[in-house]
Amino acid sequence: MMAAGLLAAGLVAEGKYAVAIPSFGFERRGAPVVAFVRADEREIRRMTNITHPDCVLCIDPTVGRSVDIFAGMRSGGTLVQTSGRALAELTLPAGLRTVGLIDAVRIAMEIFRRPITNTLMLGALARTTGIVSLAALEQALADSEFRDAGLDQNIAALGRGYRETQIHHLDREVAA
Amino acid sequence: MTMAVREAGTAAATRPRHIVCEGNEAAALAVAMVRPDMLSVYPITPQSSLVEHLAKLCADGRMDAEIVDAEGEHSVLSVLQGAALAGGRTFTATCGPGLAFMFEPYWRTPGLRLPIVMALVTRDGITPQSVWGGHQDAMTVREAGWIQIYCETVQEVLDTTIMAFRIAEHRDVMLPVNVCLDGNYLSYGAARVTLPDQAGVDAFMGERNINWHAALDPLRPMAVDPLTGGSGGKGPAAFLRYRKGQCRSMQNALRVITEVHDEYAARFGRAFAPLVERYRMDDAEMALVTLGSMTGAAKDAVDEARAAGRRVGIVKIKTFSPFPVEALAQALAGVGAIGVVDRSVGFRWNCGPVFQELLGVLYRLGRPVPTASFIGGLAGADLTVEHFHAVIARTAALLGGDVPDGPIWVNEND
Repeated sequence: MMAAGLLAAGLVAEGKYAVAIPSFGFERRGAPVVAFVRADEREIRRMTNITHPDCVLCIDPTVGRSVDIFAGMRSGGTLVQTSGRALAELTLPAGLRTVGLIDAVRIAMEIFRRPITNTLMLGALARTTGIVSLAALEQALADSEFRDAGLDQNIAALGRGYRETQIHHLDREVAA
Repeated sequence: MTMAVREAGTAAATRPRHIVCEGNEAAALAVAMVRPDMLSVYPITPQSSLVEHLAKLCADGRMDAEIVDAEGEHSVLSVLQGAALAGGRTFTATCGPGLAFMFEPYWRTPGLRLPIVMALVTRDGITPQSVWGGHQDAMTVREAGWIQIYCETVQEVLDTTIMAFRIAEHRDVMLPVNVCLDGNYLSYGAARVTLPDQAGVDAFMGERNINWHAALDPLRPMAVDPLTGGSGGKGPAAFLRYRKGQCRSMQNALRVITEVHDEYAARFGRAFAPLVERYRMDDAEMALVTLGSMTGAAKDAVDEARAAGRRVGIVKIKTFSPFPVEALAQALAGVGAIGVVDRSVGFRWNCGPVFQELLGVLYRLGRPVPTASFIGGLAGADLTVEHFHAVIARTAALLGGDVPDGPIWVNEND
């Protein structure tokens, strides 16, 4: 949810309209949650969940075991996933065109000493999709509640997420 | 507590004018901008982050208000009643079970004519257990004498919360106001909003004069809330005078809400329909009636239906209490079918509460109009563009005389 809000803030900083809507149950750390982000050049009126996403950003390597993270996904879509495994080892749906992969848990352990992947994966999203610039996300972080060491760590995480993401274009790889 | 208007310049003025925030934060920022004297709070989902934002604004020195963490909602509103009687500008927020626990002082607030503003972060009823949004809590208290205004967007939450204080404190109104924002979709929904400038809000609010009718003042002792009623002496007339005054002021509120919205639009450049919004109603042969954040998806669906040749429009209710009977009668004058979408249940009439209220408006129209009651979005369920396409199709069937004999449950097959 925090990541969704930062993404929306980054999009708005670049002149777009954005809406972020989280969806969760009883508040419990570590519970599966989902947040929906829309971006547009025009004002966004629908305050609804997204049932047919163009892009899925999955910031946990295990949540796919309990939730179908690809449900309703549009053909030609994009997945940005944290995983320590190679692309060929992942079970991916047909129709996926682009995959951004990064072992965000490992990097998070280096930066935060905890598996907090939110800002790392925002960097990965920016790199994979180009929907928002790294600079805009850094500005959104600087404007957020983070301060001091927490801000520095998250700025570092954004940058490493951006730089260390491997992008795979599935059409070309299949064709090759 | 000081009654003087304080110097402008702190509070939200230091932030960028475009920000991204959730509805709960938008409400808190608006409260900071009207410079309240006293806040009293008890957190409850989905209102909790609103309280956290209020507390943070106070702790960071961006809002100079007393904030009382009361032991429960009954005390929350009782604390504010004392503060309002002493002339303070006051605010709180609650929902669902918290509102239920507040019920006795909730009743007392409009009777005492206290202009308290309370965000109602609407939540569906229990049981079965649910912590998600729905209008059932607000609908349950719609005859308790509060003004109830529903917001469609995060921006509207911010602007309406500012306006709510002007409406509540107007001499011809002097009634408490609920700013209703949908739990989940507006409370946690984050969107781009534009902040008004602090100096502009200060000028809009003007000189505060909240305790002109009653005051807790040791130098000027007076009794408030006298024993009235019964069947003898002056009791019955005294009670009736209170009730007639409340009813008269509710009617005055229809005018004042409109005036305040006009003034706000002129000053800040953002216009919201004060009572009822007509969306693409010119030449419409059928209308959807909506309330709250569902309206955005409804508008997108209507645009698509219009592009496909359907003459459909939306009549959105913003002010639900007092019920804008004449405005609705005018807005619906030309249509041949009406579909009302409720986010709560009317157990007694087997339809949605807004639908039930609308039946009275149809009587004013003086002609029978085929209608259907749609109930959806309960307990956090989504109301999507696709749902509204189904609502439009079913409402179109009314034109051919196919009128359902019970409510249509929008999310039944989700």
